[in-house]
Amino acid sequence: MARNAALAVLVWLAVAFVPTFLFSDYHLFQLTMVIVYAIAILGLAILTGFNGQISLGHGAFYAIGAYVTAILTYQYNVPYWATLPVSAIVCAVVGFLIGLPALRLGGLYLALTTFALAVAVPQLLKHNALEPWTGGVQGLVIDKPDAPFGLDLSPDQWLYLFTLFIGALLFLLAWNVVRGRIGRAMMAIRDHALAAEAMGIDIALLKTRTFALSALYTGVAGSLGAIVVQFVAPDSFGIFVSIYFFVGLVCGGVASIGGAIFGGLFIEFVPNLAEKVSKAAPGAVYGVILIAVMFLMPAGAAGFVRSLVVRFRRGAKSADIGAANKGESGSDTIAAPAIVRHGVGPDAGVNRRL
Amino acid sequence: MEGVLHQVLSGIASGGIYASVALALVMIYQATHHVNFAQGEMATFSTYIALTLINFGLPYWIAFILTVVISFLIGLLIERVLMRPMMDAPVLASVGVFIGLLLIINSCTGWAFDYMIKTFPTPFPGGPVLFSGYVSGHELGATGVTLVVLLAVYLFFRHTKLGLAMRAAAFNPVSARLVGIRVGWMLALGWGLAASIGAVAGMMVAPIVYLDPNMMAGILLYAFAGALLGGIDNPLGAVLGGFAVGIIENLAGAYVVGTELKLTVALVIIVAVLVVKPSGLLGRTVLSRV
Repeated sequence: MARNAALAVLVWLAVAFVPTFLFSDYHLFQLTMVIVYAIAILGLAILTGFNGQISLGHGAFYAIGAYVTAILTYQYNVPYWATLPVSAIVCAVVGFLIGLPALRLGGLYLALTTFALAVAVPQLLKHNALEPWTGGVQGLVIDKPDAPFGLDLSPDQWLYLFTLFIGALLFLLAWNVVRGRIGRAMMAIRDHALAAEAMGIDIALLKTRTFALSALYTGVAGSLGAIVVQFVAPDSFGIFVSIYFFVGLVCGGVASIGGAIFGGLFIEFVPNLAEKVSKAAPGAVYGVILIAVMFLMPAGAAGFVRSLVVRFRRGAKSADIGAANKGESGSDTIAAPAIVRHGVGPDAGVNRRL
Repeated sequence: MEGVLHQVLSGIASGGIYASVALALVMIYQATHHVNFAQGEMATFSTYIALTLINFGLPYWIAFILTVVISFLIGLLIERVLMRPMMDAPVLASVGVFIGLLLIINSCTGWAFDYMIKTFPTPFPGGPVLFSGYVSGHELGATGVTLVVLLAVYLFFRHTKLGLAMRAAAFNPVSARLVGIRVGWMLALGWGLAASIGAVAGMMVAPIVYLDPNMMAGILLYAFAGALLGGIDNPLGAVLGGFAVGIIENLAGAYVVGTELKLTVALVIIVAVLVVKPSGLLGRTVLSRV
């Protein structure tokens, strides 16, 4: 199984590698942004999907990551790749600090607090005291890095590969975390905090750490996004960034590593499609999709694909066995645990209210 | 000292707006344990309806009343269509629906009434009138209207049969149903009332901050802060909290952090309340048996 998974990852990477030489620079830029958003959403998925803490303010960490990179490259001439670890550490620390009060806030209250954080961020970035670093309302410009080692690649091609590499690394890490002991502990807290504590899990520590890890992911995504877009300004990090992450998360599939990629595709391409549907009100299309997903496929695109796979496999199997016991393995029996596992079942993902 | 007095008075004026929106939030929270993230956008939409009616040539107060009625119906409709199936859904699903609603209403507002910043008329005589010119006519009038609304809501819930039924439905849905109260409709009425209160708040604040589709974003944040400060399950607390947040916001803006960081004040209040006293000043401490 593990070997199959490793093989699948390699195949996917190979597939992801191909566009580098086939696509135009603009399309590569779009794909790069898909990866960036996917990393950001992965951070949110770790927190919301696997640990059951709802954040409506991850745009704040995205902004912090972007600004750390921008300030370091613009003001201190640090090479762009060296800013990633710095912004990872900064965001993890900030995430840890915000995670501390968040411990006491179940479900809704955390959503409220992070929502407030996201609304407040542009104002903080614009503030006079920070202007020498942040450039105030004007923002900062970042130079587009060239391919190193004399590689014969255009900057866009290089950035795509660079982002793909970082993204693959982070996805692998997340996959390992979630599959391992820590991941099971995270999900145990989400599904039944009391039982998790009785099993010897230090809830406070794990929740704050999860928050830090999640902030780290979204922060690194912010850094990459800043490098790719080559520009940061306070007004591009409003509440809507956070809301789009949330929408991407829900549409991709809340508790799913692969779902984050769906989410990234969603954020990057749906606005274009939405504008074709309705030029004036793309946000409305977003909202309608979000509500429709909530009602129709609560496990998101990833869950939908998985249920298709399950149905397909069962179909193949039952063709072998014969139609005799078809009624027994009705779709509910398979679908129900899948939904519970993905944090949208009747009790999953709900923290006890204060 | 006079400066402080000025700040407190204008804090009360904006606090009235926050108090109304906080009250609207609390009404929905009390009944359903949902926090309506779309409350601000709903109020903005209502305000645009009012502006449209006024531009049709209707007198201000007629447009005002019509808007309140229309908002009531919109709130009712949203509850019946969208929120009904979400009654027992997990927090994540309800938050998702509210965020979806926020996006839809926000962009529909922009689409229907365009994104230009507009002025909104005030029915109150302009110019500084009282307290040696510290409070404008509109601020005074808006505070008056807010207080009237709050009083009306209080009387409605205390002294009418319907108000009692609504409180019963929010307090204990199962028993309420057993004594013949139509709990579902009570919740829908609560939504309608909340939408109406939000509409009044929108119409009162629009002349001050000007009307655009994102008008209520900051106000919603202060209302959250007010509701939490007063206790999110206590209407009276929410009102007091709203006023308190208005005063704190103005004093902090004038003397501590400057006007650029006013929204951060709301964030700090929210975090402080949740860390120090999560149930708020007047809220019940909820003990859940596990």
